[in-house]
Amino acid sequence: MKLTDDERAMLDGRDGPARRKAMELLVRYGEALNAERFVETTNVAGVPGTSNPFLENYYREAGDRYDVIYSRFDLDSDEVVEVPRITVHACHLQGGIDPENWQALGAKPEHLKISQAGEASAAAHGIRILKTCTPYLAGNVPGKGEHCAWMESSAVVYCNSVLAARTNTEGRESTSAAMLTGRIPDWGFHREDFRVATRHIEVDVPVDDILNWGMLGYFTGDTVGEHIPVLTGKYGTPGLIDHKHFGAAAASSGGVEMYHMVGVTPESPSLEVSLDGRRPVETIRYGKAEQRKTYETLNARGSSQDVDFVMLGCPHYSLEQVKDACRLLAGRRVSEHSKLWIFTSRAVRAVADREGYTKLIRDAGGVLLTDTCSAIGQAVPPGTKVAALDSAKQTHYLPAIMGIEAWFGTTADCIDAATTGRWNGKLP
Amino acid sequence: MSAPDFILKGRKVVGGCVEGEALVTTQTISGWGGVNPMTGTVIETRHELRGVSFKDRILVFPGAKGSSGWSAVFHMTRLAGVSPKALIFKEMTTKVALGAVVMRVPSITDLDEDPLALIETGDWVKVDADRGVVEVRKKAKDRVVQSASPSR
Repeated sequence: MKLTDDERAMLDGRDGPARRKAMELLVRYGEALNAERFVETTNVAGVPGTSNPFLENYYREAGDRYDVIYSRFDLDSDEVVEVPRITVHACHLQGGIDPENWQALGAKPEHLKISQAGEASAAAHGIRILKTCTPYLAGNVPGKGEHCAWMESSAVVYCNSVLAARTNTEGRESTSAAMLTGRIPDWGFHREDFRVATRHIEVDVPVDDILNWGMLGYFTGDTVGEHIPVLTGKYGTPGLIDHKHFGAAAASSGGVEMYHMVGVTPESPSLEVSLDGRRPVETIRYGKAEQRKTYETLNARGSSQDVDFVMLGCPHYSLEQVKDACRLLAGRRVSEHSKLWIFTSRAVRAVADREGYTKLIRDAGGVLLTDTCSAIGQAVPPGTKVAALDSAKQTHYLPAIMGIEAWFGTTADCIDAATTGRWNGKLP
Repeated sequence: MSAPDFILKGRKVVGGCVEGEALVTTQTISGWGGVNPMTGTVIETRHELRGVSFKDRILVFPGAKGSSGWSAVFHMTRLAGVSPKALIFKEMTTKVALGAVVMRVPSITDLDEDPLALIETGDWVKVDADRGVVEVRKKAKDRVVQSASPSR
């Protein structure tokens, strides 16, 4: 790789051992990618220094726990170095535990202790603790063309597609190294020519609600894999929440890191521009049959109609979605046979508290949680056999991770299931 | 390894040289939520390798998909001692590049012929990432060698 004088100096240790280790890792990573240089990044989102019982047990050596985990795991260093305060703008994405409702999640006190110690250290090192998979709903909204280094596939696809900022799907180690150096390999989505669509999806069935945007996203990811799709056809103007569910689903069934929607996303004024004047490698139709098949695929892990757990908030619910869930819950109570968990960010939760939504959910027998989700926290209520979900992404992951059944439907289907203990969802 | 049946040439992703038995899938792999990092077993619901561990195998696959936790999960497989011996893949992504780096296993991509079409599960494969060379001995030959020996 071609390094600038500044980058060479960091690699030579001018800025201390942690920045040297971070540059070493980034050079290994850049060479693996065949990148020629780095870009400077001003916006990093990751999970720096996050520990868990496995890592605590694996790295038993003496020293400050944050330094030990950050050095050995985040920077993949064979020696422990002192980690300095960061100098770029950086935030911490979701974690594994809600510090307030950790007991509801079934977490052990020692897990909470590890999580809180890590959070305090990250904050002391200058990292903003957003604890969400939706940083763009918690005040981190990069501008068009801004070079970012983000983790969280659903946030990455939102960042590239909707905001037209630039990031690859970074990992924990690369984001932690970028927080110390302000550098990330100049590869992939940082480069103009990489951002061109090569697959064309023709939407031939109306797509105008969260359920359908989620399904279209799931179909898209399954069909295009890690390639960039451009969509045309019968969709209305998707709102922020629709993009959130579409992108999260496409990044779960496939590896979609950016999509174009003609007339909707900023880099797609026309089909021709999105395809850079070339013919698509493949044109795929999404019609009634594909919609039906996607619905059946997402519901393939459901068998019993008796639902004992309803989980909403993947990706973390926006304030509007919390409000919508409250509207659906009004005058009803969560069934004694079921539980209702709704996940959001601390930022949204703060407003939900003030608006009375948190109390309304609690009074109805549910709980509004922050920081994590069932898949990330690997937490479902004890004895859960059948879950109901309104997120294609969560439906993709949760049954596989927890070995449970799951139904996928609308938010209204899910609230019905929570209040009756029965699944009655069907494709509208 | 004895004389290979064929050789593929590609680009080093992570250096090193190792040989072992191939585990081949034509489906991309999710790290976080797709693999159990304590056992190296694929857990994704509809994956053709579901229930199969890649521990100590040469993993031949199209590439990575899904969560950005890919590298951290494969990093953990290294700590748990269940990582693949080497990676051979087709589609470069940041996920698989970073995962290969922190797993510290020899890794190769950009091969001159399609590794998924030519290598089968059970083939004996040598990955010399420093030279960008993959040597393959087909398992069918092994069977001939075995049946020609003692039991008759």
